[in-house]
Amino acid sequence: MGTDKKSEPINRVDGRAKVTGKAKYFAEFEVPGVTYCVMVTSTIARGTITTINTKTAERAPGVLAVFTHLNMPAIPGWAEQGSNSKLPSGGERYRMLGSNKILFNGQPIALVIADTLERAQHAASLVTASYNKSEHHTDLLKNKEKAAMPPRMGDYTRGSDTNAHNTAPVVMKADYTIPIEVHNPMELAGILAFWEGDDKLTVYAKTQGVKSTQRTLAGAFKIDEKNIQVYSEFVGGGFGMGLRTWPQEVAVAAAARALKKPVKLVLTRDQMFTLVGHRPYTIQHISMGATQDGQLLGIYHEATGETASYDDFTEGTVGMTRFMYACPNVTTKYRIVPLDRGVPIWMRGPGEATGAFALESAIDEMAYKVNMDPLQFRLKNFAETDPEKNKPFSSNNLKEAYELGSEKIGWAKRNPAPASMKEGDWLVGYGMSTGVFGAHRGESTCRAQLNADGTLLLQSATSDIGPGTSTAMVQIAHEVTGLSIGKIHFELGNAAFPPSGSQGGSSTVSSVGSAVFDVCTALKGMLTEAGLTFDNGTVKSAQGKSDSLQDVLSKQNKTFFEVTRSSKGGAELEKYSLYSFSIHFAEVRVHPATGVVRVKRVVTVADSGRIVSPKTAASQMIGGVTGGIGMALTEEGIIDHRFGRFVNNNLADYHVPVSADVPHIETIFIDKPDPITNPMGSKGMGEIALIGFSAAVANAVYHATGKRIRELPITPDKILSA
Amino acid sequence: MNQFSYMRVTSKESAIAALAKDKAAMFLAGGTNLVDLMKSGVTSPERLVDINNVPLATIEETKTGLRIGALAKNTAVAENALVIKHFPLLSQALKAGASPQLRNMATVGGNMMQRTRCHYFYDSALPCNKRSPGSGCGAIGGFTRMHAIFGASDKCIAVHPSDMCVALTALDAVITVTGPKGERKIPFGDFHRLPGDTPEQDNNLQRGELIIAVDIPFNQLAAHTHYLKVRDRASYAFALVSVGAAMQIRGGNIADVRLAMGGVAHKPWRLKEAEAWLKEKSATEENFRKAASMAMANAKSQGGNAFKLTLAPNTIVEALKTAAAQA
Repeated sequence: MGTDKKSEPINRVDGRAKVTGKAKYFAEFEVPGVTYCVMVTSTIARGTITTINTKTAERAPGVLAVFTHLNMPAIPGWAEQGSNSKLPSGGERYRMLGSNKILFNGQPIALVIADTLERAQHAASLVTASYNKSEHHTDLLKNKEKAAMPPRMGDYTRGSDTNAHNTAPVVMKADYTIPIEVHNPMELAGILAFWEGDDKLTVYAKTQGVKSTQRTLAGAFKIDEKNIQVYSEFVGGGFGMGLRTWPQEVAVAAAARALKKPVKLVLTRDQMFTLVGHRPYTIQHISMGATQDGQLLGIYHEATGETASYDDFTEGTVGMTRFMYACPNVTTKYRIVPLDRGVPIWMRGPGEATGAFALESAIDEMAYKVNMDPLQFRLKNFAETDPEKNKPFSSNNLKEAYELGSEKIGWAKRNPAPASMKEGDWLVGYGMSTGVFGAHRGESTCRAQLNADGTLLLQSATSDIGPGTSTAMVQIAHEVTGLSIGKIHFELGNAAFPPSGSQGGSSTVSSVGSAVFDVCTALKGMLTEAGLTFDNGTVKSAQGKSDSLQDVLSKQNKTFFEVTRSSKGGAELEKYSLYSFSIHFAEVRVHPATGVVRVKRVVTVADSGRIVSPKTAASQMIGGVTGGIGMALTEEGIIDHRFGRFVNNNLADYHVPVSADVPHIETIFIDKPDPITNPMGSKGMGEIALIGFSAAVANAVYHATGKRIRELPITPDKILSA
Repeated sequence: MNQFSYMRVTSKESAIAALAKDKAAMFLAGGTNLVDLMKSGVTSPERLVDINNVPLATIEETKTGLRIGALAKNTAVAENALVIKHFPLLSQALKAGASPQLRNMATVGGNMMQRTRCHYFYDSALPCNKRSPGSGCGAIGGFTRMHAIFGASDKCIAVHPSDMCVALTALDAVITVTGPKGERKIPFGDFHRLPGDTPEQDNNLQRGELIIAVDIPFNQLAAHTHYLKVRDRASYAFALVSVGAAMQIRGGNIADVRLAMGGVAHKPWRLKEAEAWLKEKSATEENFRKAASMAMANAKSQGGNAFKLTLAPNTIVEALKTAAAQA
């Protein structure tokens, strides 16, 4: 590992379980006596509940309880901070069913719990509420004056000529907008919770972090983490919405305690739009200055995103602009606007996907302004070292990636003039962009258990929201020990396992993989001491020894060898700027008469260190690009601001790409180890698969049509009216 | 969803009798729309009369055309050799609709009966005259991107979502319904209604009537046929605008032509004036464009759907061009 040796492509170790239905997701666990929770939600965006009538619902067949703000059991951790205590930004905290206040449309106002799901649903339809409405504000564009600098996200300035973006010989200014995007994993969010007594809680949850869910619940109920068991072995997609344990999930656990019964909540699809976050609507302004021959002199990038009135949500929208290009003068500003809406949450490529759409579109616009090929323009302004942190990159193979990708898509063969290429009635366009995301590594712990039969069990409290965590970990263990793949089993999604971080920020392979690497290395040492060795896929006696694994274990009175290791990055990491990179090339067809855009071909190159698991890595890239196609062309959460309410909160009207929208996606990996990040030489890739892709499509649409679309998604109406 | 009872019937007669007995009963065929409507509380029948076992699913040739049973599945119709041979427009339109899974469940009669996908209709927290007469139209002044440019009223600007119905309108289909007062025939173009002051009424089917078949008369339009659906993604999306075009071309001249649009009105929108003008004209893009602009004479934007004023005529021209170009 950490060498140039390529990993062998193996199949998903849990693929069979997933496609045969053996893999169990949280809602599928059967707990005796389980009861079903259905939420009633508000129909106004701001105000107070004046009356809520639950009597008819309570009398409906099978109903066990209806909880509202009038009778909701106290959640001690919430009560401590109170329902009305102020946030640093001045907003009120949101405490679900903690008061009669309504802070957003779709806010839960009652939990109806019954013995069957259908009875709970029916009873929920019988709850009625009346409100005292207040004026609500859900439109970022109409509330820009409320934009404020969020805590811990100050402005950034580099260079002595902060006005260079205005005064350079060539100046380009543009505004870019991305709509609300909603994660919409296939699996709906929720929780199944039950108690033993008043202080032992077990939950099956849809979460990207079992430890984080455990901590949240421990804080809410003021009980020891050890008394909270969290299971989440399989997760049907998360994309970031599972990085928080949401208030309704805590509330369900409270209801389960009050009722002394297991309670299960599965959100409805429309509730997925309001109660588990979204990518925030964001407007951005970029002003860029360059010399006539295409040397960047200044960039100004200001982003304004939405948050809820009750929570300061922030993300790294302008981070990429600070270091991506060798530009002497850079200023970035990031602002948030509190709105009467459910709080956003990180969504795949959080912040950077939004920022990269603006930056990489602007780079393309500037390249055309100075009459340069957008690829040459990027190379001319290439940052050899990180100009923000003034540190070398731990690894940066972008130049090779540009070359491989452009070669594969046939970049040089295109006619670069806009609206110059046709195929029948369709205009043809090529576009490119760059993506980047921090190569994060957190602390992680893994337990290894080598059994007498020579099988190796690895355990860590990490997650798999789809990328194939277990497959990658098995592969790492296989490469360290040489033990055959079939003998290694990796277990995750259990908070009782040795601690690891949540699956987010493209850090799982780097963090958990390092712990697997370390624990397997330690295990090798143990075997050596015991006169054993890994050899040819199994455990054998070391040279000159005769005792088998079984012999050694029985002599030591053990049934298995066991070792646990915790792993985190050292001080060495501080000396470097650590990033994963991606290059996206898209070839599109645009039908000028109908405005239809089709992505015809994609080449995506990832510079994400050494590839640990080639097959699942390729799947990651394909999935990320698919999300990128959605961001570029189809996905948009639409709110009617008169009501502050979504008007397309279902999968028929919120358009995630279908197979017919997704062409063959060619994935190329640089596959060179990063010498710094971790012992495998890997860097993350979940985010970079998506980050920047929308700009590649927008740039290709420009090349095809000469029309610059600066507001996503690029739907037919925008092409027609541009 | 309300609590309801469920029964199965096996004959037209028992189906009609079941509905005559119970004012709060509804027929259930494929259920691909009705079940959604029940889940969202828009429709709350107290009794579902499942008609799937009524023998009304055959597709057969008659002396004058094809007769398609009301319970024929959308997939079965789309894949039927007689349909593909005589009325390729219908097959194309069906395949442009929904998803394969939905088409496998959905029936011809049910497709005609499907209700608008206007969001305000489905969300009971929002006003809608169609769902709750007198409550106002939530869409007007709101999210109107998907809405009507023809025939809307100040009570309702919703559109009919079907692709199949666009083709059947173009093909001069005739619907046969039966009910307590016996059988009657309704020309396809007279089946669906414009919203006017009664948007709650989608069509002219009387309470208790059952659709039993659709007849499509033979024509000479199969050779030059195209159904073009413009939508926000490549599949499984409702039309922004769709156009069904079919022509008979003789010596470069248009001997006969049918044009209908979807996604633009409360009913499938037949373009009879444009058809009449195109007859005996040469099949050129210029003529197609003139016909398209004629078709747009009374189009009116609601704001968010202003792009349809450009998209609709363009789509008419594209559909005609593609149809004409067929060998």
